[in-house]
Amino acid sequence: MEALISKFRDIVGPEWVFTHEHQLRTYESDGLLQYQALPAVAVLPGDGDQVRDVVAACAAANVPFVPRGAGSGLSGGALPIADGVLIVLSRLTRVLEVDLDNGRICVEPGVTNTNVSAAVGPNFFYPPDPSSQIVCSIGGNVAENSGGAHCFKYGFTTNYVTGLEVVLADGEVITLGGQEPDQPGYDLLGAFVGAEGTLGIATKVWLRVVPVPEATRTLVAFFDSTREAGEAVSRIVQAGVVPGAIEMMDAVTIVASEQMAHAGYPVGRGAALLVELDGSEQECEAQFDDVVGICRDCGSDDVRVSRDEAERQLFWKTRKAAFPAMGRMSPNYFVQDGVIPRTKLPEVLTEIEALATEYGLTVANVFHAGDGNLHPLVCYDGRVEGEAARAEELSGRILDACLSAGGSITGEHGVGVDKRKHMPKMFAEADLDAFQRLRCAFDPAGLANPGKVMPTPRLCGEVPGPYRQHPLEAAGLAERF
Amino acid sequence: MGSTPLVSTVDQAAELLKRAGASGQQVHVVGSGSRGVPNPTDSMPLSTEALNRIVEHNPGDFTAVLEAGVPLADAQAAFAAEGQWLALDPPAGGTIGGLVATADSGPARHRYGGVRDLIIGITVVLSDGSVARAGGKVIKNVAGYDLAKLFAGSYGTLGLIADVAVRLHPLPLRTATLVGESTEPARIADAAYALARRPLEATCLDVSWAENTGRVLVRFGGHTAEERAHAAEPLLADLAHKSVVTDDDDLWAAQRARQRTPDGVVLKVSGRPTDIRTVLETARDTGATTVGRAALGLFWLAGPADADWVAKIREALAPRACSIVDGAGRLPDGVDIWPAPDAGALTVMRRVKARFDPARVFRPGTFVGGI
Repeated sequence: MEALISKFRDIVGPEWVFTHEHQLRTYESDGLLQYQALPAVAVLPGDGDQVRDVVAACAAANVPFVPRGAGSGLSGGALPIADGVLIVLSRLTRVLEVDLDNGRICVEPGVTNTNVSAAVGPNFFYPPDPSSQIVCSIGGNVAENSGGAHCFKYGFTTNYVTGLEVVLADGEVITLGGQEPDQPGYDLLGAFVGAEGTLGIATKVWLRVVPVPEATRTLVAFFDSTREAGEAVSRIVQAGVVPGAIEMMDAVTIVASEQMAHAGYPVGRGAALLVELDGSEQECEAQFDDVVGICRDCGSDDVRVSRDEAERQLFWKTRKAAFPAMGRMSPNYFVQDGVIPRTKLPEVLTEIEALATEYGLTVANVFHAGDGNLHPLVCYDGRVEGEAARAEELSGRILDACLSAGGSITGEHGVGVDKRKHMPKMFAEADLDAFQRLRCAFDPAGLANPGKVMPTPRLCGEVPGPYRQHPLEAAGLAERF
Repeated sequence: MGSTPLVSTVDQAAELLKRAGASGQQVHVVGSGSRGVPNPTDSMPLSTEALNRIVEHNPGDFTAVLEAGVPLADAQAAFAAEGQWLALDPPAGGTIGGLVATADSGPARHRYGGVRDLIIGITVVLSDGSVARAGGKVIKNVAGYDLAKLFAGSYGTLGLIADVAVRLHPLPLRTATLVGESTEPARIADAAYALARRPLEATCLDVSWAENTGRVLVRFGGHTAEERAHAAEPLLADLAHKSVVTDDDDLWAAQRARQRTPDGVVLKVSGRPTDIRTVLETARDTGATTVGRAALGLFWLAGPADADWVAKIREALAPRACSIVDGAGRLPDGVDIWPAPDAGALTVMRRVKARFDPARVFRPGTFVGGI
């Protein structure tokens, strides 16, 4: 390791290689604080060439590495390998090209999500908007295929990445896609986005940006229960409306968020539904009255329509305050990220409620209701012996409920280290084997972010040699079925 | 070779492919055969025609699970009964499996994305008989690698696509299309940019060139489709013969039809919106017809089944990748169907092929770089 560290110093300069414990503490966790590991070294390359050289040095020494962006991920995807190498991309913050005639921007991976929109504003914007968008980096968004509140209408990171420059784990630099869509060959770009840093490190990212919508209309409707609010969601979507965002908060979350955001939300109501329509002026107007009507029909006697941008921002502030607000209400919480088919919302929420009662813990629910992505916050007190373990078990049971309903263990946070143990509940051995085939095609030595995504460590076998072909009794086969 | 083996269950497909893999018998999966993709001569066709169930349609969730052999038209009819559709409108009808394997797309891609954007899960059968599933049935999901995208557009070279889960959209209540014409490619290009840069929320935005005339077509959907089409008219100030058409299905069927040819060759260009003028001029100068997705930078040029014409187009549009997507079998041997991708990417593609189809039974030698 000492020889490797010395090589890193040559590549990036000694000031960008951290080996002291007080420096490394910054990097021991990502946004999921319950996992910690201290790397032996954190290296901060300054450009793509340095990333390539750092990775090549790791490959030559056969040492695995973990890539890290802003460290805001919520699945432990950037958790270091204890005493291993952490490659921090936060210095790669250049906007390389803005080409609005073609609706494209090319950036380095350390550029924050918000800064992408800033670079193409005011007439264009970059739609995927994870709640952490002020700090999270595009490289991290690519790794996690990040979503956000507006992805029901606009789609996810993967729908906006048109090209990547990637440093493979052996130090080779390749280009996947580019500025132009549909380049010939396998869609490796589609496979890379969301691979959680296990297929290589993106050093350049080409993104599609789109014109800012002409009009935005936002409302918050309060209901007596999440069931009523869920019914409103279904009816809005079934009416053919595709809202820019449609977010729900339950009673516990309303109380917590109100304490922090002071939006005048009625404490004691069962559910708040935030609906935002955007698009052309005429179409927004035409659909907005429909949405208000549906909310009332579904039992809302309190529909508040934002009168100006300030009020709209307040609605959003209240929604986005949900996570930090719960931090004030409860000493600790686990956030889950399960997904269910939207129509299963009422029954899964009922089940979560029953589970919370069974475990004697509070579960607050905030979710992207349009796409059925739940964020149950399982509250616990880490000082009470055994409570953390109970909360974790409850979290797992909630994911089981999502899977039984036909859903997924993660909608946008990623598997990382946190949910890899749940992967076998969602995928069979043959499925995991197919995943491993892809991983081995990109990184046969298994050096890029090992121990993430897959439930158990696997090695890549040799590819079998060319097959000796011998004639098949084709007619016999044809008769078989 | 006997009749085309038909598989009607995933297990049958697995059994058959396991044997093919073990013996090295080459296989090409066939849906309706509508795409006219050339296959190796020693290859055995394997029909998915009997894998034809709509496994699930969940109207409330706007999702469906379809077996590969389901004709797209049948699926759309089932979805339409609930006011929904799979927002893919490729030029050829064919089956779901063929559509996914070729990642074919039509004008609706402007608004809804392509196959890669609408497919949320997949089941594949590999040449060792293993049956693997990726993704799921929910529209938002990041668990595991996105193998659905890997298989979309893989032209049957990695494995058999047994079924796919897809996201559906509401069918627009009303549609209306604004059309304008010009004989000058530059004017068509300028009008298309003006539209592409505005937040019109159009469902389709196309350009075309045929018989020495260029056109811009922009389609709107929803309650206010017609009003919005009229409102966009000033953006076409420099074009002639402007009109708003509300009964516009035929217009768009004609656009799609230009992505295919009964007797020539079609090149698909992976380009940029700023290429519109060059592409239209190239079409004009070579007597070709073209249709393009103006805001995406994708174009289809149809011309004679003539290697010189293909070479001329590729030269005129270099360095853009021009792939032959129809009529490849009508060209003499030696014309590359696929332009070479980035050399590094191609290396990984070869490794992907080697991992997923180590026996090399799925259409070997037919894809990019001889994969």
